[in-house]
Amino acid sequence: MSGLARSAASAVERALAAGAGDAEAYAGEADNREVRVHGGKVESLTAATQRGLGLRVWIGGRVGYGFGTDLSAEGLEAIADRAVEAAHVADEDEFAAAPAAAEPPPPVSGLSDPSRGELAAARIAELALSVERTALQADQRVAAVEQAVYFDSGERVAIASSSGPGGEYETSSCYAYVQALAEGGDGRETGLGFGLARGPAGLDPVAIGREGAERATEMIGSSKPASRTCAVVLDPTVAASFVGLLGKALGADTVQRGRSPLAERLGEEVAGEAFVLHDDGLDPRGFATAPIDAEGTPRRRTALIEGGRLRTLLYDSYTARRGGAASTGNAGRSGYRTPPGVSASNLVIGAGDAGLDELLRQAGDGVYVNDVAGLHSGVNPVTGIFSVGASGLAIRGGERAEPLREFTIASDLVSMLRAVRSAGSRPRWVPFGGSVSAPPLLIGEMTVSGS
Amino acid sequence: MSVAEGLLDPAVAERVLARALAHGGEFAEVFAERRAGLTMAIDESRIESVQSGAEEGAGVRVLSGGTAYFAHVDGLEPVDLERAAGEAAAALRAQRAEPRALRPEAPPPQPVEHPPGEVPAARKAELLRELDERARSAGGEIEQVMASYGEARREVAVANSAGLFSGDDRTRVRLGAQAVARRDERVETGAETLGAARGFELFDDDPAQIAAAAARKALALLDAGPAPTGTMPVVVGGGFGGVLFHEMTGHGLEADHVQKGASVYAGKLGERVAQPLLTAYDDGRLPGEWGSDAIDDEGTPTQKTRLIDEGRLVAFLHDRRSAAAEGAAPTGNGRRESFRRLPLPRMTNTYIAPGESKPEAIIGDVEEGFYAVSFAGGQVDPATGDFVFGVNEGYLIEGGEVTRPCRGATLIGNCLAALAAIDAVGDDFWMKIGICGKGGQKVPVGTGQGHVRIAALTVGGTAS
Repeated sequence: MSGLARSAASAVERALAAGAGDAEAYAGEADNREVRVHGGKVESLTAATQRGLGLRVWIGGRVGYGFGTDLSAEGLEAIADRAVEAAHVADEDEFAAAPAAAEPPPPVSGLSDPSRGELAAARIAELALSVERTALQADQRVAAVEQAVYFDSGERVAIASSSGPGGEYETSSCYAYVQALAEGGDGRETGLGFGLARGPAGLDPVAIGREGAERATEMIGSSKPASRTCAVVLDPTVAASFVGLLGKALGADTVQRGRSPLAERLGEEVAGEAFVLHDDGLDPRGFATAPIDAEGTPRRRTALIEGGRLRTLLYDSYTARRGGAASTGNAGRSGYRTPPGVSASNLVIGAGDAGLDELLRQAGDGVYVNDVAGLHSGVNPVTGIFSVGASGLAIRGGERAEPLREFTIASDLVSMLRAVRSAGSRPRWVPFGGSVSAPPLLIGEMTVSGS
Repeated sequence: MSVAEGLLDPAVAERVLARALAHGGEFAEVFAERRAGLTMAIDESRIESVQSGAEEGAGVRVLSGGTAYFAHVDGLEPVDLERAAGEAAAALRAQRAEPRALRPEAPPPQPVEHPPGEVPAARKAELLRELDERARSAGGEIEQVMASYGEARREVAVANSAGLFSGDDRTRVRLGAQAVARRDERVETGAETLGAARGFELFDDDPAQIAAAAARKALALLDAGPAPTGTMPVVVGGGFGGVLFHEMTGHGLEADHVQKGASVYAGKLGERVAQPLLTAYDDGRLPGEWGSDAIDDEGTPTQKTRLIDEGRLVAFLHDRRSAAAEGAAPTGNGRRESFRRLPLPRMTNTYIAPGESKPEAIIGDVEEGFYAVSFAGGQVDPATGDFVFGVNEGYLIEGGEVTRPCRGATLIGNCLAALAAIDAVGDDFWMKIGICGKGGQKVPVGTGQGHVRIAALTVGGTAS
């Protein structure tokens, strides 16, 4: 048993001793590094370790949560006391209970790249510098790079509970991105390039730098489009952002509380046939992949939308009990500070047969949306109605044409899904909106507001 | 004992700084922090999500040749701190440098009359029940009410190799209410918040009125029609309307963006960027305001900085590093989310100073336009100046009158043009609370203004 697992087990014992009926501890430990470069120089180099524990307790139907960074015997006792005190403040909930024991989790391998920690600081700095250099050299219109960043992290998690579920796993991840600035016409444009992998060897700094440069330069000379309703092609990064929102709407918690545009739509037609969506907690390429979810239930692959119909929701143990369903292994959490709640693991949008050029041909005349802004403020999460800022390129005669900026696209989530005509053939893992594998999507019709 | 000494023994701090400079560097700093908090919520009229935590740790930073070397650890034991110092210095290869002796300072923190930690948790739960009832009593169409309570205390200590040794004791409390109204298939939400860098005394004066306000907004939206689309005069409401200025100007005045040439305001110091009726400040000392602290997270005392003086851009917001880069003085804006992060130039409480126009006249002069009372949030790219805002309470203005409510409007534009287009500033003024994100770090900020009119701005609505 690792030190982390011992801390988790010990916290559970202390919670029971402090008066909890059941208890579950989540202990997390991470070491990470970050390099930021600017103008050919290293701006900052961060090396850090962090460790903490969160403890969920049940006293009858009352739930409390305590957390802390002090994992000494006294520290764990203080966390247990806080959690038990918190439970006494909460009201009873008939569905609240510790998760029941589950099947043993499936084996998942390849989640951690051992080479990550072996790369010295100077080498990862060079990786970030080469991302920046590539962006600057890719096109003479790239005037500067706002920043280029490399980050890697190794994370270990141990879960223990009095009711059965538990386990331990280790993952690693790294990413690099660049924000390039291009100048031309009388304006200035920014472009994001990024890549993710389990370890630095999986990153391609040249591709990342070029992507940033391309995205910035292709926007030079952009203008506002005329307001109209037209076909829209969503870039994979944009499709991923929207699907991240959809993931929240698919959570059984928002549905059960009547706060989802998908409430009471189970089994109904909610999307075009071309839009297929899975939650896949076991795909080794996905960054949310783990053998167990945040409350120790095995992760799995779940069909959410298939044949245009809503097949199931995402459940954790609480919402499963409340909804008379089984957990889909979708308890997630952002760390030891917060208790588990329903969340998507890796959302995988089914890829189609059409290449991007074919999607653009199918669109005929319309807009290619490269980027959206204001998703957190422009979407009503209850109704799914949205209006968000966007930039991209005009599509004319089935080909990419002039760059467009300062417009909004508006629809509602379900109408947008129903209007999906095709999915592109080349999906990409995107870290926006959670962990999403997204191809480009052709939406038959959307409202574009410009001048 | 001062706040700083309660967290960090000065003798230990000196040792840690010496260790941090063991392989060279021009500057070293240790930032120690202890934080404790309690949050809870009410949903479906049930108290839930009661969470209580305590964390402590420190970050050590060494600056050398323009590079920041940074390491952080959980825990405040001398051995933890020395390990962080060792890690921060690990990549350096130069001659040892000597830190100066520490000179302790103890600036007075924001006053707290009634520490929230001393209030029984049951009283906080009671407060949430009051909010729940108040919102539900606003009308039969209120279907759901959610409310949340949060309190946090952050004690911080900063010691650096220039001899600074200071600390702060920060208490913040907040309440939020959200109501969902339904009429047949129409569902609308309304939200309101109340928060301050104060203690539980903030809630002495009928805090449940925020729940009534949230319910009123949700109910009003049930009658909303689609938002207009196109370019038109836009009147922005006071208080949280100030988030527009925060996004479209404030971020662009943060010196790190400016120095990288990634701000549309770079090179514009001393120039006219707005009409003479506009003056704006960042003020980290406003008593009790959400973005106020005694010192920033580098130990610099907070201050009131005039940003725009009668239309002219007169200052940028600095942390130590950006100030040193151009020989300026730090402005007390070096803030960080926690000991786990490097400080960055950040806003505190940013606001447009009250003007001379009456709000009624600001609206009355508009023939056809849009009235954005409050926002759900917004986003800006400081490099291009492009911004976007989601409006959560908006109305049409027709013939100088506020007419029907609109749903789903988005304001979109470019900072320089929109700032220059502000042609009226109201004499009414208030502040609201916000959480600002930058570089993945969230910090509490205040925004404020009276009613403000932008002569022309694009409204992207849902009307086709």
